[in-house]
Amino acid sequence: MVKEEQEESSNRPDNTAFTQQRLPAWQPILSASIVIPMFLLIGAAFIGVGVALFITSRDIQLQELDYTGDDSEHPCFKCRTNTEKCTCSMTFSIPTLFKGPVFFYYGLTNYFQNQRKYGASKDDNQLYGDLDYFTNPSTDCDPYTRDSKNMPIVPCGALANSMFNDSFSLSHTVNGVQKIVPLDGKGIAWWTDYNIKYRNPTLNSVFFSGTKKPTNWPKPIYELDTTDVYNNGFINQDFLVWMRRAALPDFRKLYRRITHDDYADGLPAGNYTLTIAYNYPVHSFNGKKKVVLSNVSWMGGKNDFLGIAYIVVGSMCVVMSVVMLIVYARFKFAEDV
Amino acid sequence: WLRHFCNFGGDEGRVHSRTIYVGHKSCPPNEAYIPPKFCDNRIVSSKYTVWNFLPKNLFEQFRRIANFYFLIIFLVQVIVDTPTSPVTSGLPLFFVITVTAIKQGYEDWLRHKADREVNEYRVSVLEDGRRIRKMSAKIKVGDILEVEEDETFPCDLILLQSSRDDGTCFVTTASLDGESNHKVRCTATHLQLLSLGPENLLLKGANLKNTQKICGVAVYTGMETKMALNYQGKSQKRSAVEKSINAFLLVYLFILVSKALVCTTLKYVWQSKHDETWYNEKTQKEKETNQYLKMFTDFLSFMVLFNFIIPVSMYVTVEMQKFLGSFFITWDKDFFDPEIQEGALVNTSDLNEELGQVEYIFTDKTGTLTQNNMEFIECCIDGFQYKHGDGSSETYFDKKEELFLRALCLCHTVQKEMGFIASSPDEIALVKGAMRYGFTFLGLESKNMKILNRNKDVETYELLHVLNFDPVRRRMSVMVRSKTDRRRFSVVTFFSLSVQEGYRTLCVAYKHLSAQEYARADADLREARLALQDREEKLMAVYNRVETDMILIGATAVEDQLQDEAAQTMEALQGAGMKVWVLTGDKMETAKSTCYACGLFKKNTELLELTLRTLEDGGRSREERLHDLLLEYHKKAVQDAPPVKLGITRLKLASGHDYGFIIDGASLSMVLSSSSEPNSRRYKNLFLQICQNCTSVLCCRMAPLQKAQIVKLVKNSKGNPITLSIGDGANDVSMILEAHVGIGIKGKEGRQAVKNSDYAIPKLKHLKKLLLAHGHLYYVRIAHLVQYFFYKNLCFILPQFLYQFFCGYSQQPLYDAAYLTMYNICFTSMPILAYSLLEQHICIEVLLEHSTLYRDIAKNAMLRWKLFLYWTALGIFHGLVFFFGVRFLFSNPALQDNGQVFGNWSYGTIVFTVLVFTVTLKLALDTRHWTWINHFVIWGSLAFYVFFSFFWGGIIWPFLKHQRLYFVFANMLSSVSAWLVIILLIILSLLPEILLVVLRKPRGPHARQVTLNCTAGDPQSPQSPARPLLTRTFSDESNTVI
Repeated sequence: MVKEEQEESSNRPDNTAFTQQRLPAWQPILSASIVIPMFLLIGAAFIGVGVALFITSRDIQLQELDYTGDDSEHPCFKCRTNTEKCTCSMTFSIPTLFKGPVFFYYGLTNYFQNQRKYGASKDDNQLYGDLDYFTNPSTDCDPYTRDSKNMPIVPCGALANSMFNDSFSLSHTVNGVQKIVPLDGKGIAWWTDYNIKYRNPTLNSVFFSGTKKPTNWPKPIYELDTTDVYNNGFINQDFLVWMRRAALPDFRKLYRRITHDDYADGLPAGNYTLTIAYNYPVHSFNGKKKVVLSNVSWMGGKNDFLGIAYIVVGSMCVVMSVVMLIVYARFKFAEDV
Repeated sequence: WLRHFCNFGGDEGRVHSRTIYVGHKSCPPNEAYIPPKFCDNRIVSSKYTVWNFLPKNLFEQFRRIANFYFLIIFLVQVIVDTPTSPVTSGLPLFFVITVTAIKQGYEDWLRHKADREVNEYRVSVLEDGRRIRKMSAKIKVGDILEVEEDETFPCDLILLQSSRDDGTCFVTTASLDGESNHKVRCTATHLQLLSLGPENLLLKGANLKNTQKICGVAVYTGMETKMALNYQGKSQKRSAVEKSINAFLLVYLFILVSKALVCTTLKYVWQSKHDETWYNEKTQKEKETNQYLKMFTDFLSFMVLFNFIIPVSMYVTVEMQKFLGSFFITWDKDFFDPEIQEGALVNTSDLNEELGQVEYIFTDKTGTLTQNNMEFIECCIDGFQYKHGDGSSETYFDKKEELFLRALCLCHTVQKEMGFIASSPDEIALVKGAMRYGFTFLGLESKNMKILNRNKDVETYELLHVLNFDPVRRRMSVMVRSKTDRRRFSVVTFFSLSVQEGYRTLCVAYKHLSAQEYARADADLREARLALQDREEKLMAVYNRVETDMILIGATAVEDQLQDEAAQTMEALQGAGMKVWVLTGDKMETAKSTCYACGLFKKNTELLELTLRTLEDGGRSREERLHDLLLEYHKKAVQDAPPVKLGITRLKLASGHDYGFIIDGASLSMVLSSSSEPNSRRYKNLFLQICQNCTSVLCCRMAPLQKAQIVKLVKNSKGNPITLSIGDGANDVSMILEAHVGIGIKGKEGRQAVKNSDYAIPKLKHLKKLLLAHGHLYYVRIAHLVQYFFYKNLCFILPQFLYQFFCGYSQQPLYDAAYLTMYNICFTSMPILAYSLLEQHICIEVLLEHSTLYRDIAKNAMLRWKLFLYWTALGIFHGLVFFFGVRFLFSNPALQDNGQVFGNWSYGTIVFTVLVFTVTLKLALDTRHWTWINHFVIWGSLAFYVFFSFFWGGIIWPFLKHQRLYFVFANMLSSVSAWLVIILLIILSLLPEILLVVLRKPRGPHARQVTLNCTAGDPQSPQSPARPLLTRTFSDESNTVI
């Protein structure tokens, strides 16, 4: 700092780096000599990652089965308009080993789970097990708050009411004998949803007395899985999966994992039969239903987009750096000399 | 005690006559007199009281269109079922309103404090012969007050009694009109009972000088005093940037409304195709609502959903930027003047950026370009020229010379107390000049002037009359009688021409009067002074009669020195593309020489003169001649000028043929108010075109109002150029108020200009840094701030808009309410604020050195539509990249390696994360000047975002209805794909930016120098040694005589 020559005066402005706008500063210049190598580096890295992603995605196996039954040839066609309980089965074959762990998804299309009113139509306090909201659900749930007799519905709201209720079983034909592939329903929902966000009151139908099941449900919430207390009520994993709204109208949700010892390495090549308990109506809104079998990698499910995007952006970087190099060589070097 | 009629005809806003009972004696019963109600002496400059602060302040704030708009949005959210909770817009609005209210409350508290200080000031009041101390606020009209030396008058007073023998007192009105000279006020003697005039009035705010004490009766109190009346009427100035903001706002409002309209329309189109689905039935109430009402509420809902595109916080940030940014001007030590121990002053922070946009500078001459510090240079007696320096060697004085010097000693209004005090610096210069030649003025004692002559004898003269100086007569005279021989003589001095050297020249003349002549003049003067009607005219007639048949003795030359670095400053300003117009009340020759001295006119400048002299040359009527001259000059300066492209016009003119234009007040008024309307408009146009093509314009003999007229003329001319007025005196106030930016010089002529200015600086030379460095930087900062703000909100809201196409136009927000609210307040506000306070894209030294850099930002260059479109396109590009990048990723929502799927809030959070990072990094790319503060806020903001997201998603918040974001962020980070897509999209968004930066960089001519010269943290600024502008041999000696 410069020594004060004048005697201090109260009016005299402070001579500090900040007040004089002289704070030491780093003044980066994005010059071509930095950017060209940077672009090359980024480009190379991106192409590398992209190739890795692309290969990974390509290696993921995927088996998609549309069981909507729009086509009259389809085995599920009969169930399309059937309001009663209806089962249909589809067969498919897996040519090579379907590497495990295999994940079993169901998919819906043209289904707007992301509509605002629909998504807001639930009562988180109820789902957190707060009994006050059992008798007096939030009006957000309208028109699924109370039934025609003005009884409160638990769980209330459109989201819960429209819970997906098709169920599936998979069997493997081994030597002409149908062998059921055990499906694991654990760990399909987010850990925090299962353990914290959704809580049961002590699971006892007593607590639910004075409440009604959602109108579309065949059975009340406390009977979702009577075999397992830890998969019943609000913490039923199928329920939790459904309650996490999909981002887009064409979505898939995790249904089961195939982790049983016999199939831990995956589904061996062969013929399989998928049996569907067909309940969920989708034809009214031109929806499609499907089952997706897939294995996952470190990047999740099959998705070619990411790999391709990385390769494209990486190549763009490389091309740009080359263009810049040409421009730079042509104009800048001439100027410097 | 007597009853007074005061008559102050002509004072606007005042009652023309008022009756006052002095000392509150009861009125004579025979007169039907109703005591009028006068207000008390309380001064109220504050706007609010404790009680009305809240409603009044809220009302004032919601009168601002932006605040009102946000209030409406908020109310819509409260009333209509909208996608976002009222908190999202209520909270920012509340924040804005509170901050503004606190700021205004604080300012008003300061005003209250100042008022209280004034109102509780103790004054002495005489009541029934006793002196009592009273609070100033309690003074009533009719009270008799006693004021002592150096005290300020608490209200407007009529002088009744003075402690001086001659019944006069001296006042300075520095705080009123800025004139620091001493003025004489006379007691209201019984002779004048019926004709009180301004010479009897002591105005509130003036100070008593050289008089022990006075008594006066209060005539105007409180808000009726001249001072209080003068306070009103300072209009608000708005900067060009603000106008740009408003224009951009309209565009965004249009975008907002069309987005909402598109969505509403599509919603109903979509609904007509998709029947109500079984899984999402409408409520009974919805089914019953009228279709059109539903459409309207839907429209409102969309408006609310997208309203974040017009951010509340922009106003706050802009205001904060201006308010905080203006401190850098006050803090700048380069503006500190050791002489007056003061730095720069910022009266309004609204115009900081306007300092970077100035195209025309209107400067006063005296006190601004020059120091208003007169120096006696030479004199001419009886045809011989005497320069200072020769005088001392001579021993012999002839009669004429003695007479001349004696005249210098007598004809003035100088007071001698601890040095000389006078109403005009010329007078002091003359008296000091005479002193150098051996004639010393000793002072005025009870109307006797004493002079110590060359032979060390004291000569005494009785001062009989002072015929004051006025600009019409342009002379002043005194009538004196010598004590030794009772001859009378009067001395007259008047201004005359000085052709080249730039001195103020005064001619000195005298005549002797016989006793009869004197008696007649004396009687005439007394009679005229007491005249009730046409006093001025009558006095003038007498003056003119007395001042005839004078004998010329000689002439004096007084120089007004240029300000420090005046020429460099002017050169720099012209280099920066600004046109400098000198507006002065002075006469042409002096002004012209000053212009030459400061380099406004150069040797090769061709002067186009439109003055009374040139108008009267041709021998034809002035009107015709004016017409011819205007056409001729127009042909020369405008038509014959080489047609050049707009951008380089100024450069061409600076290097090529230069024109300078000179006009005087009389000619100007002819131009402006020609007899016929079409002519007048044509003349105005011609005049403007000529002036705009000249490098410098000199307007001399201007009345204060004419100065403002010129400023207004230019201000409203084609292209609405930004004007700046700079001046130091009360006569510059009108143009300071008129111009876009008014600068006051803290000069010798008091504070009037400073008070009315937007910025005040101690010296002219500071203007250079104020404009070239501060103005430039402020403009770049705020322009970037504005563009960036619009950009970041466009790419914030665009994904939300696009999401409507995928969610059945159901007004589903893409982002969580917390993100919607915090985006503009917390996540992205601090980096841009820091940028807009600290950015120096070119460092200050370089800006000062290369004044041409100023041209790069001229004409609001950074807020043109083209750039706005660029930023808008960038915002759209980013918005599209963010949304569709994530959209394609979500074609398979199973993004975790455990096969679990992501929902809509994860989608929004990924988009939002990309958004926050991209927008912040985009600013980081634009930042050329990284101080630790920039580092802190940029990386800090990003860190805060991550921290906040964890925190917000980490807890079940009891006050929230829906725990939408519960662990969404943490889950997102557990997905490799999410990481990869975030990195990809950020890089992809920034790639074009980086490319542009690299390819654009070397365009500027100084780019390389700029980078080389910038050494941050170096406190030493390259100061060129002050070059003496008018070097004169005697300048050192002149200091010896005090």
